Amino acid sequence: MNLLEVDDLVKHFPIHEGAVLRRRVGQVHAVDGVSLTLAPGETLGLVGETGCGKSTLARCIAGLYPVTSGKVVFDGQDITNLPRGAMRPFRRDIQVMFQDPYGSLNPRRRVGSIIADPLVIHGIGTAKERRRAVGELMERVGLNPEHYNRFPAEFSGGQRQRIGVARALALRPRLIICDEPVSALDVSIQAQILNLLKDLQDEFGLTYLFIAHDLSVVRHVSDRIAVMYLGRVVELAEADELYEHPRHPYADALLSATAVADPDAADRRGRVILTGDVPSPIDPPSGCRFHPRCPRAGDLCAERQPPLEGGGHLTACHYPIGGAPPAGERGTR
Amino acid sequence: MFRRFLIRRVILGAIVLWLVTLGTFFMFFVAPGDPARTLAGRQATPEQVELIRRDLGLDQPVLVQYGQYMGRLLHGDLGKSYFNGESVGTLVAADLPPTLSLVLGGAVLWFLVGVSAGVLSATRARSPLDRAMTFLALAGVSMPTFVIGLLLLYLLFFQLTKAGLPIFPPDSYVDFSQNPAEWARHLILPWVTLATVQAATYLRLTRGSMLDVLGEDYIRTARAKGVPERRVVVRHGLRSALTPVVSQLGVDVGTLIGGVVVTESVFGLGGVGQAVVQAFVSSDLPVIMGVVLITAAAVVVANLLVDVAYALLDARVRLA
Amino acid sequence: MTLTEIRPGVVPGRTIAGRSPWALAWARIRTDKVALASAVVVLLLLVLAAAAPLIAQWSGHGPDDQFRDIGITDQGLPVAPNGTFWFGTDRLGRDLFIRVLYGARVSLVVGVLSTGLAALLGVAVGLLAGFYGGVVDTLLSRLMDVVLSFPYLIFAIAVVSIAGPSLTATVGVIAFYSWAAIARIVRGQTLSIKEREYVEAARSLGASDARVMVVDILPNLLAPVIVLVTLLVPAAIVFESTLSYLGLGIVPPTPSWGNLLSEAQGFYRVAWWYLTFPAGTLLVATLAFNLLGDGVRDAIDPRTERLFSRRRGLLRRRARDRRSAPASGARAAASDGPVTGTDGDGPGRREPGGDGPGRREPGGDGPGRREPGGDGPGRREPGRDGPDGREPGAHDDSTGG
Repeated sequence: MNLLEVDDLVKHFPIHEGAVLRRRVGQVHAVDGVSLTLAPGETLGLVGETGCGKSTLARCIAGLYPVTSGKVVFDGQDITNLPRGAMRPFRRDIQVMFQDPYGSLNPRRRVGSIIADPLVIHGIGTAKERRRAVGELMERVGLNPEHYNRFPAEFSGGQRQRIGVARALALRPRLIICDEPVSALDVSIQAQILNLLKDLQDEFGLTYLFIAHDLSVVRHVSDRIAVMYLGRVVELAEADELYEHPRHPYADALLSATAVADPDAADRRGRVILTGDVPSPIDPPSGCRFHPRCPRAGDLCAERQPPLEGGGHLTACHYPIGGAPPAGERGTR
Repeated sequence: MFRRFLIRRVILGAIVLWLVTLGTFFMFFVAPGDPARTLAGRQATPEQVELIRRDLGLDQPVLVQYGQYMGRLLHGDLGKSYFNGESVGTLVAADLPPTLSLVLGGAVLWFLVGVSAGVLSATRARSPLDRAMTFLALAGVSMPTFVIGLLLLYLLFFQLTKAGLPIFPPDSYVDFSQNPAEWARHLILPWVTLATVQAATYLRLTRGSMLDVLGEDYIRTARAKGVPERRVVVRHGLRSALTPVVSQLGVDVGTLIGGVVVTESVFGLGGVGQAVVQAFVSSDLPVIMGVVLITAAAVVVANLLVDVAYALLDARVRLA
Repeated sequence: MTLTEIRPGVVPGRTIAGRSPWALAWARIRTDKVALASAVVVLLLLVLAAAAPLIAQWSGHGPDDQFRDIGITDQGLPVAPNGTFWFGTDRLGRDLFIRVLYGARVSLVVGVLSTGLAALLGVAVGLLAGFYGGVVDTLLSRLMDVVLSFPYLIFAIAVVSIAGPSLTATVGVIAFYSWAAIARIVRGQTLSIKEREYVEAARSLGASDARVMVVDILPNLLAPVIVLVTLLVPAAIVFESTLSYLGLGIVPPTPSWGNLLSEAQGFYRVAWWYLTFPAGTLLVATLAFNLLGDGVRDAIDPRTERLFSRRRGLLRRRARDRRSAPASGARAAASDGPVTGTDGDGPGRREPGGDGPGRREPGGDGPGRREPGGDGPGRREPGRDGPDGREPGAHDDSTGG
């Protein structure tokens, strides 16, 4: 059975105007019908440009934002829009690791009490037990337990992210949603944190939903990868499969933008440069949302939204790479 | 858009005024003593007191009383003084000339002094001059108004008069219609007192606003184009830097008309503020509450005018 | 963010234990001569006030003892300062020095107590308004506006005429006057802090609203509140003196600086000391508090410009740079200087759905140019003749940000 199932999840943020009598003047289509599954112990990578809705999706799954429609099922139980009290037990199982190692730690609190937070909030153990647990956690993530009483400002970015890992780990959760956990770090530090996450996964049998805007980071840790564009998943496949044979033009473009260690492979693939800006999620394009920027788009693309289909390698594209060529003449690159 | 904004502001102001009437009505209620007995005087018989009570509607339920109170207010009747039975409106109107003279004259003085000092400070930011002015402003807010007033009285009235130079008169007020020169002479020290207090804050406000404006891109552009520094400061900088200062002036004048209590008391000018203090001494509640209401109205109107002027002047303000 | 990169244990044999933001602030203020001198003056005043009974006992002059023989001249006038009466005597032949000391007790208690009450109320209201937003925020913010724009002295007269003048009434009136300024700042700060990731992190752990407010937001509010409180204490002292002067505050024979000055009013022509010593003491006290507040602001929030800085040379150089190179602009001044990680947020967030001219929303949530302890129009001086504008610390406008 899947640990997590997300079914046709939609999250719209209304835009209001006026202060006293607020009128709704529009909405941001942050997440627009996303379906995902996560098997226990696997890592699903979620990639896309800034503003594609991946962080919103993560927060919806974690119960931080109310969901507009759709379902989030955790371990067979529907946890969509649960009231605060009913959500509480699930918060122990689902933890979030945040992107900003500076912003996600309260600068005025000591590291020990930050890591102990989940234990305190869920009323686990006595003060003494918690203190020991925090010491063990710090050691496990590669921090010196003697630094218990220090403030976040005394740690480097990488160390701070280790603090974040320790906090996420404290309740021994089953699912950790990693929201761009290494994007803010130096490349040399990134690998350390990624390796730590992998080791912890093996040790504690964790399941990760791993979000990044950079495909090269995700490949290192993910079993499967989902690519998002403007609130929708456009491609979902095994990691290697997606890297070797991207089928959605957008995934292809993302991959070609990634620095590749093997120049020959890069040559073979050719570079795809996207033109234009990401359209506004307030008023997304009709049909396939990628069509205004797509090098392969045909007439159909503007009219009908392509479904996400294709067995093990899901693609939402009328004219996927390696599939039927576009009907129009503007298709080839 | 502008009409909507205006209507919203008027409604908000009306709500504030209504809340103030609730407050003053409540205060009459919790006030110790019996207004009917107070009004009737010491020698009144119980029947007379009862008559006045019925006359005032004090035997009615609370809500009816509030309704009557509001009804009287809407007709401009602020009640009668417990002290001498005169209408509060008449009393306050009689006290307005000194207050208006003090506030308006003082406003001219403090605005000129405060703004020019602020501009000097801002254009020489962090210079010794700036520091000195800032320190003076700080000293200004550290001293109670009445101490400044007493200090001026002691030095400029008492010592000068003692030295045979009776330039400044002691306290009291001479009406403008009687003798404009004497009117001004009697008001100079109060004006200076008020201006000393207020100029400190105007200095800081102008300085801050000016520094903000001088950091803007368009000022940089003007400088880059070679506009003389003087012109940059006066024409380009001051014009927009003054917007918040002027709006503050509107609010201050509006509020001060409700009573420059301390300055009036120190110099014995006998304006609205002093009337309130005297009403306090003689427990004349209707006069106090009347002034509270008038002041509240003045503040609301001044705020409204300032908001409107601000919105008209400053296109950047969002009319939501 | 250089300080954040300090790696623990890099300096061998020297542990940097618990360099909290507060420790950093303390380290900064220790080198600030003006602030230190002000702190010494404030402490001295506190000690003198506390020791007033001892001093009275030692001198043999009680605060209410009338020395009709040596304390009053043959004409029935007060006696000038001399070896027995350091500050001279008052109209009843009482020792003015002792009365000024006793007055300090009352004035300081009023200042501290009313500001403390205001801080409690202001933090609570501001926190609730900022945290919950929506209708709660709209209502509470309007309330703050009304309190802040009302001519307070008139209101004080109305209240005291009902309740009667007393220490309690004085404290209450001043506290009720001051809370809205604190609430506004706290609201603005809360608006910005509640969007932080660490607040989101706490929520994702299942923390209750109360816990988020108390554990995650409150500690970050302390810095601006402390600054504001240091500046509100002298304002409260000034306010007390004004109330007492008008007969609305502390009732004689209990001496306070305000009613001492009030008594002196009729005598300043014949007894200069009668007015000078209480007024001088009051001025020294309020000035010291204001300068201390200025220093505390600088120590806690070093990004803002301030009046008397030990970094004068640096500032002057910067000012020169600015004149010669306008491109660096005033706004640059706020971003340089020792930027530390005390608190990365100015209240730079415009209130969502904020309406009307921003002028009314300065300290907290107006355009981001104001610092946390910021000032702005719409705040009146207590004990003044009216709405003279900014908060007592009106000497602190930052130049940019």
